[in-house]
Amino acid sequence: MARIAGVDLPPRKRAAIALTYIYGIGRARALSLLAKAQLDPAKKVQDWSEEEVTRVRQAIESEGGVEGDLRKDIALNVKRLIEIGAYRGQRHRRNLPVRGQRTHTNARTRKGPRRGTVANRKKASAKT
Amino acid sequence: MPRSVKKGPFVDAPLLRRIQEMNQRNEKKVHKTWSRRSTITPEFIGHTVAVHNGKKFIPVYITENMVGHKLGEFSPTRTFKGHSVKAAAEKTAAPAQ
Repeated sequence: MARIAGVDLPPRKRAAIALTYIYGIGRARALSLLAKAQLDPAKKVQDWSEEEVTRVRQAIESEGGVEGDLRKDIALNVKRLIEIGAYRGQRHRRNLPVRGQRTHTNARTRKGPRRGTVANRKKASAKT
Repeated sequence: MPRSVKKGPFVDAPLLRRIQEMNQRNEKKVHKTWSRRSTITPEFIGHTVAVHNGKKFIPVYITENMVGHKLGEFSPTRTFKGHSVKAAAEKTAAPAQ
């Protein structure tokens, strides 16, 4: 069982995919980290030796920017925007899209589930 | 694509001149400007700039954290006071169901 940065890696997946289970590591970063640790991206996590796990762990630690630390950085950046009263901070405060997207429709990721109209709710309950 | 570093940050020339003048004379006066597109540089720290929002001037006190942002980001151009009462009544009716 390989435990890196506070996350259990899925043992039956290829190294390049398994690393993406860590917050802050996507496909591209997984590959570059494995190159740094000189490990085959196709090798399954369960086949790693102790020494190989340590190499991957060191590669990640030397770069940083994963899991809790990354989340903290992002939260601080958002907090800064809110505190200085910038437009982007106002959008964060209201949980609306920050980068100028439309809000007439869509924007559901930021706005959350629809709060439907009365007519819509009647239709939905009649169907069920 | 971001602006080339070679050019440095963009600040409208009259505004920058005015700020530097005030820095030399060590005075702090509110300066009205329409130049929302100007980047805030470290010279601005501690000054208050009145930034036009299309209708009136919004006073913005510049702090260290604001360096690198544009003046316009601190002077909102839209007023949204919420939707009509009818829509609000529907919203409060929703959780009651």
